Amino acid sequence: MIALNNVHKSYVTGNNSLHVLKGLDLEIGAGEFVSIMGPSGSGKSTLLNILGILDDYDEGSYILNGKTIKGLTETQSAITRNEMIGFVFQSFNLISFKNAKENVALPLYYKKISRRKRNQIALEYLDRFGLKDWADHLPSELSGGQKQRVAIARALIAQPKIILADEPTGALDTTTSLEVMQILKDVNDQGITVIIVTHEHDIAAMTRKIIRLKDGMIEETIINGELKMYRDRVRTDKTYQYV
Amino acid sequence: MFDLDRWNEIWHALMKNKVRSLLTAFGVFWGIFMLIVMAGAGNGLSNGIVEGVGKFATNSAFLWTNRTGEPYKGFKRGRYWNMDSEDLKIIKEKVPEVQILSPKNFGSNNNSGPNTVRGLKNGSFNIKGDYPEYVQIDPVTVEQGRWINQIDIMEKRKVCAIGTKVFETMFESGENPLGEYLKISGVYYQVIGVIKPETRVNINGRTEESVFIPFTTMQQTYNMGNDVHFLAITSIPGVPVSVVEEKVKDIIKKRHSISPSDTQAINSVNIEKQFMQMRGLFLGISILTWIVGIGTLMAGVIGVSNIMLVIVKERTKEIGVQRALGARPVTIISQIMLESVALTTIAGYIGLSLGVGLLELINRIMESQPKSSEEVFFRNPEVSISVAVASLIVLIVAGLFAGSIPAKRALQIKPIEALREE
Repeated sequence: MIALNNVHKSYVTGNNSLHVLKGLDLEIGAGEFVSIMGPSGSGKSTLLNILGILDDYDEGSYILNGKTIKGLTETQSAITRNEMIGFVFQSFNLISFKNAKENVALPLYYKKISRRKRNQIALEYLDRFGLKDWADHLPSELSGGQKQRVAIARALIAQPKIILADEPTGALDTTTSLEVMQILKDVNDQGITVIIVTHEHDIAAMTRKIIRLKDGMIEETIINGELKMYRDRVRTDKTYQYV
Repeated sequence: MFDLDRWNEIWHALMKNKVRSLLTAFGVFWGIFMLIVMAGAGNGLSNGIVEGVGKFATNSAFLWTNRTGEPYKGFKRGRYWNMDSEDLKIIKEKVPEVQILSPKNFGSNNNSGPNTVRGLKNGSFNIKGDYPEYVQIDPVTVEQGRWINQIDIMEKRKVCAIGTKVFETMFESGENPLGEYLKISGVYYQVIGVIKPETRVNINGRTEESVFIPFTTMQQTYNMGNDVHFLAITSIPGVPVSVVEEKVKDIIKKRHSISPSDTQAINSVNIEKQFMQMRGLFLGISILTWIVGIGTLMAGVIGVSNIMLVIVKERTKEIGVQRALGARPVTIISQIMLESVALTTIAGYIGLSLGVGLLELINRIMESQPKSSEEVFFRNPEVSISVAVASLIVLIVAGLFAGSIPAKRALQIKPIEALREE
């Protein structure tokens, strides 16, 4: 599904060049449930942007679903994003003057699906997340958990192959965080690849694979079964305490 | 374009800051409003004057005498003199470019107390001696009877054509004036017609308040001898009347021993020249109107552009989200452009409607004022449909122009920058 090969990315500001990704190799198969962790400055946001075709990379290759993603025009990348990827953000990023239903329907609007049809589909998705009664409410009238569920519904409505979630629980309390993670897990169970960026170990622990970044490289990849071991080690090893 | 969602977005974007949208829209509104009102007022002025001049012969000039300004051939400066009937013959012989030559003499006028009597009624009017040709220069409508004719001139008949005001004063309404007699400055004249002016050009008093008698009758009856007070001439087509005017002046000066360089002895008005000046004035007014109007409009449009920039900036995050969700650049651009075009067009359309409405209101008020509008040199303020259509096109183009810079700015927003957490 996703294959990154020796990807380099630098940000140039004035005379300074910041080398963020230093030859990253990454492979994520279809239907995986992956979390990306790492200290700030490790390049996890950059990686997410490249995965989401929000940003281009300098060197290497990124193959998404058999298609090389490099030097796409804005229009091409917009279409690819619309078809392949659903985004979930930490601050939800719902459009404030649109109600829940309209927010969910937005990706279909860009797919030029008729208003009636996309509103009907949006309502189905809201129903799936128990928000049917809130369809006509504005985001400001929803709780954090509800907002994130609306955002997930919006990410799913265009039937993407991948969900990219940037700190999806960052603005939520523990209970709602668990709810949201459960939803993402259910989504994953339907065969959609879910990639989340987080710095919370509890959240990362609920995924099947953890990719730890450090200084623009993959430091280690931990797979499901090793998670418990990893958790124990985190508790004892002081070097990870403040991660 | 007629997607409900898109208009919904536009509506929300504009309603989010009602006051700001309103103030911005006001700029455009005011621009187009000014343009329409000024263009209409300019047209009104032009209409008023054109109507006042009416069918007046534009290739005409008028001459009358004055005291001489220079001593010449033994005559002192400041001499009183008159043209005479002999001049007319010689002018006709020597200046073939003259089309109509119509002399005019003035009897007593309405400042000199009651000069017209009929039974118990009396009035003070302007008494004028005219040739039949005069109405070819300053047209009149004959309401009853007829105008002076050639036989009246030849036979020096004691007949008169009277203005409408004279009729109203000297006769009961509904009375038939034809064949009745008026005593004018002690002499009886039979009324042959009632006339109404077609223009608002008046020479020596208003036409409505004038009594016209044959020129030759006037010369004889009031002891004027051969004197001619006033001369109206027109040139044949293709010859500027100023050429004729100069030739006529030269002949008259020579005959009456007036210095060729005397500019004061003969007064004249050249209607052709006046017309040219007037046309120039109207052109100037309309150019000014457009410069000021478009300038005001531009200020409004720049205001819209500015506001759109602020809106784009404010909605950076929203635009970023939309791009992340798969909105194409075209979608974003067309949204901003439409927003700008909608704002300018709606504001402009309101300005256009109110401007036209105001002109119509002025028009109605002026029309409802009975008769007093006869003296008004401002009539039917209006804008043509072409001006209205042109300004609408200008508005839409202006809207596109106003939207293009903010749209470009919106396009430069990278989704990642917009989504970066503060």
